[in-house]
Amino acid sequence: MTKEPSKAPTSGKLTAASSEPVRFDITRKKFRIADYVAEKIIKGVAFLSITIIVLIFFFVFREAFPIFSISKEIKKSTTENVVQDVQETYGEVTDQPAKEENQETYGAVTDSSQVQEQYGVQTNDTASIEDASDKAYTVSAGSGFDDNQSAIKTLLTKDWVPVSDKPRYGILALIVGTFKITLISLLFAAPIAILAALYTAVFANRKMKEIIKPTIELLAGFPSVVIGFFALMVMATFLQEIFHYETRLNSFVGGIAMGIAAIPIIFTITEDALTAVPKSFYEASLAIGASKWQTAFFVILPAATPGIFAAILLGIGRVFGETMIALMATGNAAQMDLNPFTSVRTLAATIGAEMAEVVFGDTHYNVLFLIGSLLFIFTFIINAIAEFYVKGKLMKRIQGK
Amino acid sequence: MIVDKINTEDMFLYYSSKMALNNISIKIPEKKVTAFIGPSGCGKSTFLRSLNRMNDLIDGVKIEGKVIIDNINIYDKNIDVVTLRKKVGMVFQKSNPFAKSIYENVAYGPKINGIKDKSQLDEIVEMALKNAAIWDEVKDRLGDSALGLSGGQQQRLCIARTLAVNPEIVLMDEPASALDPLSTAKIEELIVQLKENYTIVIVTHNMQQAARISDNTAFFYLGELIEYDRTKKIFTNPDKKQTEDYITGRFG
Amino acid sequence: MIKSFRKNIKGIVIEGITLVSALLIIAIVIIMLTVIIIGGKDQLSWEFLTSFPTDGMTKGGIFPAIYGTALLVIIMSIAAVPFGTITAIYLTEYAKENSVIAKTIRFAVRTLAVIPSIIYGLFGLGFFIKFVGAHIDGAFFGGELKWGQPNLLWASLTMSLLTLPVVIVSVEEALKTVPQELRAASLALGATKWQTIRKVVIPGSISGIMTGTILAVSRGAGEVAPILFTGAAYYLATLPGLGDQFMVLGYHIYVLTTQSANVDQTLPIQFGTTCVLLLLTFILNMSAVILRYRIRKKKTN
Repeated sequence: MTKEPSKAPTSGKLTAASSEPVRFDITRKKFRIADYVAEKIIKGVAFLSITIIVLIFFFVFREAFPIFSISKEIKKSTTENVVQDVQETYGEVTDQPAKEENQETYGAVTDSSQVQEQYGVQTNDTASIEDASDKAYTVSAGSGFDDNQSAIKTLLTKDWVPVSDKPRYGILALIVGTFKITLISLLFAAPIAILAALYTAVFANRKMKEIIKPTIELLAGFPSVVIGFFALMVMATFLQEIFHYETRLNSFVGGIAMGIAAIPIIFTITEDALTAVPKSFYEASLAIGASKWQTAFFVILPAATPGIFAAILLGIGRVFGETMIALMATGNAAQMDLNPFTSVRTLAATIGAEMAEVVFGDTHYNVLFLIGSLLFIFTFIINAIAEFYVKGKLMKRIQGK
Repeated sequence: MIVDKINTEDMFLYYSSKMALNNISIKIPEKKVTAFIGPSGCGKSTFLRSLNRMNDLIDGVKIEGKVIIDNINIYDKNIDVVTLRKKVGMVFQKSNPFAKSIYENVAYGPKINGIKDKSQLDEIVEMALKNAAIWDEVKDRLGDSALGLSGGQQQRLCIARTLAVNPEIVLMDEPASALDPLSTAKIEELIVQLKENYTIVIVTHNMQQAARISDNTAFFYLGELIEYDRTKKIFTNPDKKQTEDYITGRFG
Repeated sequence: MIKSFRKNIKGIVIEGITLVSALLIIAIVIIMLTVIIIGGKDQLSWEFLTSFPTDGMTKGGIFPAIYGTALLVIIMSIAAVPFGTITAIYLTEYAKENSVIAKTIRFAVRTLAVIPSIIYGLFGLGFFIKFVGAHIDGAFFGGELKWGQPNLLWASLTMSLLTLPVVIVSVEEALKTVPQELRAASLALGATKWQTIRKVVIPGSISGIMTGTILAVSRGAGEVAPILFTGAAYYLATLPGLGDQFMVLGYHIYVLTTQSANVDQTLPIQFGTTCVLLLLTFILNMSAVILRYRIRKKKTN
């Protein structure tokens, strides 16, 4: 097998390389400080994106968390209160002020929340509670204890009345409104974007491509506040004149405007998916006598389904979290119905409209963060599905072929 | 007596799990031109690139055995690869000047070696360009972009860039394959001159070229070193039938 | 004969529908541009751009909003561009393509790109203001409220998180256009990895870094949701510093259209401001499109 090194070639003069001083010492790894530092910094910074995601998770949830901790505490306190009552009834009470307070509570027991409030004071000198929940408790206790208790209870109702004597935080209407508007905008944007992508990927000549693609990029660059302004000032009136509905700003107008914002995302990803379909598919289909449009619809479009699915998912994510258009063009009334021509209030718009006016640490504040957490989880999951499920599908298809 | 500059012993190279070089043992003499020939995909370029560890850049490459240069196995654990590549320079198949001026291209190597003195740099650049036989063509436009040069000039500039680091060994991976005959002739002439001072290892698929410029020739086939001898012998009276078949153009 | 003709008609109709969809998108863009430009062009004047609002924001210019927007995008770029570029360098130069770390980072970057901008606003409030700012106040100002409230710095940093993925994606694309042979040439000359990156790779992708910066600036100039409660202000009589709230174009539009007492009265200013913002982002995006087009062309050559 091995070729022995050949008989040394005999020509050539004698050289004395071995006696030369060593110019290149390769035997020892040199420590190069600039390279070392650069590599460490670059690797460190690269983790920033992951860190930010983790931090967003942590901090958005942290501000939403007090709602749950309070409800837990309420449960705990009620049971302990009972126990203490029993003690106080049967044994001699040593802690006089505590007893007094308790009696006071009993006297005016009309409002159950007051019991909690009294107990809260008591726990500070009798039982020890974890610092964290304690702090959260005292902070929110100061700003309206009524809210805390009712917050959780009202969360799954349809009344969103955060600023009133009896605030209610029913987010159902907001969720329904968000889904309604998402559906409307998708019904508008998805067909247009997908068909236009199909045109660009399959039918268009070079020149048309060079017009359409930059236009889409420019549309993607339109600030949503500009689209919102356009919807509010121009589109709303225009559409009302056509359809003759009652409220000028409603989920229909908002949905169309958000659809405009979602078109570039759906278009771009769909077009990528369509152009990624191997050329051989196309040629094979034409070769068996299918026409261009048949090939486009029955060969290329199906082959790109996972990509189109991803495009729609990310379009949903875009509309779902869109704030400015929702604030400006939907009417912002938290109504719960399925009529496309009534005003709605979306989750994101609620945060946008109310966060600037709430008291930090208030229940209202926490509920808004809770809504934010929902939005975040929703978009995170959507993105994860688009990423992993769709990629897996594509991989399977490629390997299957 | 001939000094062996490079000496590989029982060297194997794998891409992932696929064997690309099978048990290569060869002794390459100092200040000679050694040519590697063979059909494409035979492993000659891969082997060349393992002489200055450029294969390290490719994921999944594993090397067994020894590659000894000046009595040091360059695959030892403590080898400083950066210094090794200064000692063993390389010219690539496709000329690849940086998008900088002609001067900056040649001065790149000395500069990263810490030479800052302008007059010293000027001197090195001039020497390198002269050694690469391109000085007369570019001396009046050193500040122009290197990308404006012709293909042959670019390749000689790349040689000059390699020489400016003052290596001991210059590896050339089909340096003239993309050039016209006139440029090729210039490069060949240059290579013959360079062996005065440098050990040259050249990969070529052009057998006439190997016959014209090299002192020794190694024939590779399917990842194996089939035959290695003086060029004259390889081309006139090879020992192995495979070599003879290839030389006479029966395959490849 | 007739059959093939029918088939042909069907083909034309179907291709026509796709064409109409494409044209519809172009029409939407053109209509929006023209309506806003026509509506705002009478308002555009040197004075409008350089003077303060007067008469309870019903008259006067939008200078503070332009100033605030400029400061916002500058500070944002200072934070986002270096970090984005470095992350892109890691992904192309250091990480192995299929390593778990690289995949995770890429997933994180794409996630950052799809998180709704309002969530960034919440994060800015919860992290920068309520956590970092509040702790600075606690440590250096004895609890006095200085940095623990909305201001230009926190708004800009919030915005930089939002634009980070924009920078990363653009720069990564540009770094990939630097031919592998140039890296090999540099390394073969005995350059270290970092020397190669610094002297060959980065200079070769300057236009990509610029594209990323422009896109990020355009995005940052137009986004409003992240700064709704991290620093944007309704009206300010003075120009802001780092620790102040600030006026900004997008928020100005939002406030004028939805919060002002008499919307009709401010209509010209609304159109004018929207026109300014639209033209600003339009020009920025246009130059990014052109730059990117040139980079891609270079790649195919």
